[in-house]
Amino acid sequence: MKRDYLLFLLFATVVLVAPAAFKGGYLLNVLVFMGINTMLAVALNLLLGFAGQISLGHASFFGLGAYLSGILSTTYGFNPWLTMVIAAVAVGILAFGLGFPILKLKGHYLAMATLGFGIIVYIVFNETVALTGGPSGLSGIPNLKMGSLTFDGDLKNYYLIWCFALVTMLLAINLAHSRIGRALRAIHDSEVASRVMGVNARLLKVQVFALSAIISAVAGSLYAHTMSFISPASFGFNFSVELVTMVIIGGLGSIFGSFLGAALLTILPELLRVVQDYDIVVYGLLLIVMTMYMPKGLAGGIASLARRLRPAKKGVVDAQG
Amino acid sequence: MLRVEGITQIFGGLTALEDISFTVAKGLITGVIGPNGAGKTTLFNIITGLYTQTSGKVFLEGEDISGAPPERLAPRGLVRTFQNIEMFHQMTVLENVLVGLHTRSQSGIFSCALKLPWHLAEERRMREEALRWLEFCGISDLAEVEAGALPFGKCRSVEVARAMAVNPRILLMDEPAAGLNSRETADLEVLIRKIRDTGVTVVLVEHDMELVMDICDAIVVLNLGKKLAEGTPRQIQENPAVIKAYLGEG
Amino acid sequence: MDLLQQLTQYAFSGLSTGAIYALIGLGFAIIYNATGIINFAQGEFVMLGGVLTHFFLIVLKLPAGVAMGGAVIATTVIGALFERLTIRPLKRPTPLSLVIITIGGSIFIRGVAMLVWGKDTQSLPPFSGEEPITLAGATVMPQHLWIFGITLLVIAANKFFFYYTIRGKAMRACSFNRTAASLVGIDVRKMVLLSFVISSAMGAMAGIIIAPLTMTAYDVGVMLGLKGFCAAIIGGMSSGFGTVLGGLLLGLLESLGAGLISSGYKDAIAFIILLLILFIRPQGLFSKAQTERV
Repeated sequence: MKRDYLLFLLFATVVLVAPAAFKGGYLLNVLVFMGINTMLAVALNLLLGFAGQISLGHASFFGLGAYLSGILSTTYGFNPWLTMVIAAVAVGILAFGLGFPILKLKGHYLAMATLGFGIIVYIVFNETVALTGGPSGLSGIPNLKMGSLTFDGDLKNYYLIWCFALVTMLLAINLAHSRIGRALRAIHDSEVASRVMGVNARLLKVQVFALSAIISAVAGSLYAHTMSFISPASFGFNFSVELVTMVIIGGLGSIFGSFLGAALLTILPELLRVVQDYDIVVYGLLLIVMTMYMPKGLAGGIASLARRLRPAKKGVVDAQG
Repeated sequence: MLRVEGITQIFGGLTALEDISFTVAKGLITGVIGPNGAGKTTLFNIITGLYTQTSGKVFLEGEDISGAPPERLAPRGLVRTFQNIEMFHQMTVLENVLVGLHTRSQSGIFSCALKLPWHLAEERRMREEALRWLEFCGISDLAEVEAGALPFGKCRSVEVARAMAVNPRILLMDEPAAGLNSRETADLEVLIRKIRDTGVTVVLVEHDMELVMDICDAIVVLNLGKKLAEGTPRQIQENPAVIKAYLGEG
Repeated sequence: MDLLQQLTQYAFSGLSTGAIYALIGLGFAIIYNATGIINFAQGEFVMLGGVLTHFFLIVLKLPAGVAMGGAVIATTVIGALFERLTIRPLKRPTPLSLVIITIGGSIFIRGVAMLVWGKDTQSLPPFSGEEPITLAGATVMPQHLWIFGITLLVIAANKFFFYYTIRGKAMRACSFNRTAASLVGIDVRKMVLLSFVISSAMGAMAGIIIAPLTMTAYDVGVMLGLKGFCAAIIGGMSSGFGTVLGGLLLGLLESLGAGLISSGYKDAIAFIILLLILFIRPQGLFSKAQTERV
């Protein structure tokens, strides 16, 4: 447990000084995306990794956050910070309400239901042209401001996004080592035993579903206000699958793993840009191979590697980051 | 303490339990025995809310708890263990026991995520108590070990510690000695008595007759879904119907 | 065109798309019943059927029969390989890992198809001309009739296989109780493979017969697969008439919805139905308990 916080401190320091190494521009921009993806992966991991409940529709919460915040601030002139809060609350309420019927479903059925929800939302983004601008998107979304400071450049955005991403990670680590986190992991391992211990599995699952959706919505709002332009294509089924891929590759239940997964999936398309379109094939292979041969993901792989390198040290390495 | 009244359970066309009634006295150890297929585990599953019976009622200290789901029963002090041990195997032993303290702590999802001060105080309290239960079960040294890595016998102890952390008034144990060697069974016997001495009523389903006759204050015998006999170990041992069920057909 | 005519028109096109959904849904149900897996790659088999036929027929200029047969066989081989290489080696399959592996497989197959055949949509010629036929006041493409005919044939063949052949009966036994089936000497793993073979063949056929109507491309599998799943869910995951009815109903509702309400939301209809059924009647609309589960 202490290790997680030490690791976090180290990680946060690296994140804060990292821009010094880059002269801005393209790379910094990639890192901004990495921050948003990290938030999303951590949020999904709370649901997928801790509670063991799959969602193939998480891109829709991200999208709802982006569109609510974007529309309210652009079309109706609300303060972007206020719209971020409104979006988070609205998505939270929606997810909480949706959570009760949808989380009654298990396994494949849950996967399909969340997927269906995601597609419905995606279709709504495309079809409500008057509100969202339809397939051609919504542009001119205002940047976030803090006093006289406007978050418009890459460096400012970097710090804005990563502050949120770090806070998200910290919250998730806190949660993992708390009463709720333990109860969630207990549900994952044996739902029946957790219920006998008095854990209200159903309510907890719904709560974590809502929390996960709220974080995704905040990420969406940040995305809208930093990019100034959003279109439905960013919030479709493919992105939902990409998010699941990040969590699986990083390692179920590992917060730092989610970062690794998000980092890999942000960088990979950039690297594969030369051989455009190969990325989708690589994702597919990664998903299959990781699930088959490295079910604990990169984080699990690194942990077991570390264990092998330090055989003398006693105690069990705790892979649940 | 616990009263079962006219429990009948029918699966499809098969009657697994027929009109079972008995009472478990407070502060004692009661054994439920019977040959394989007698319906013991089914009965446990009904009492602990995992199955819903076809008819009949269950009362806990006079309160009707028929059909209440397990997560409602835990806060009322009814807890069980499982025959095939349901560990939270990806968590440490200490964390397993901490889950047992779930109903006795309040921090919600937000105060946990934000690490609010009262949550921290509560967490400290929980840890202390969890450690006490590990000590109670003689497994303090295993606190930081991942539960999935434990040998079977130790899992049993963890499961008991976890159940005790819920602060039960009545503890139902489903074949606690199954899979244990004789030394572990002896330890278990000591542990069960210790549990009773804390004032917890114990009900156990068990195959190990020696253990049952040794520690039980009262015994209920089931056979083919019906209650065959009820009484003290001595009465049961001398009951001709019981002897016939075990020796004649078993 | 008066309203009645219009409705007949919608009904015809709806039912023929519905027949396709039914075929795809049956593919889902067969694998699900034999293995407990929802194969997210099912739609890719449909895509492969269409795209491969196009490749054989238009690019390689093979005769139509050979092209279609080849497409079905090639898809079946891919389906079998998929099961062999990804599902069978799994040591401890969980619903989550199976969902993810089949999603991975579907992305992979789609990606390879895109790399090999490009992103363009391709069209196939209808089986027997484009001269519309007038039926009950509505104009019907001959391809619609082909779809109905072939779907009926496939369903009948299925029924025959599952009820009158020893392998089919063995597969049904697996769906009722896998452990018991293996105890009486049925090779369950072979049955799993067989279920993938049958499903991929059926998926490919669905892909071939619909391609002349809707065109085909590397990415048509996603939507078609999901719609097929909806059909199976409506039918309670039965591999019998429940799913067929489910498919027809879905096709009909979609077509009417698109025609009478808004075509933009056409795809949403299927998913709203899916959610409603999963929330309210997860056992499907027509199932009376578990009588028809193969």
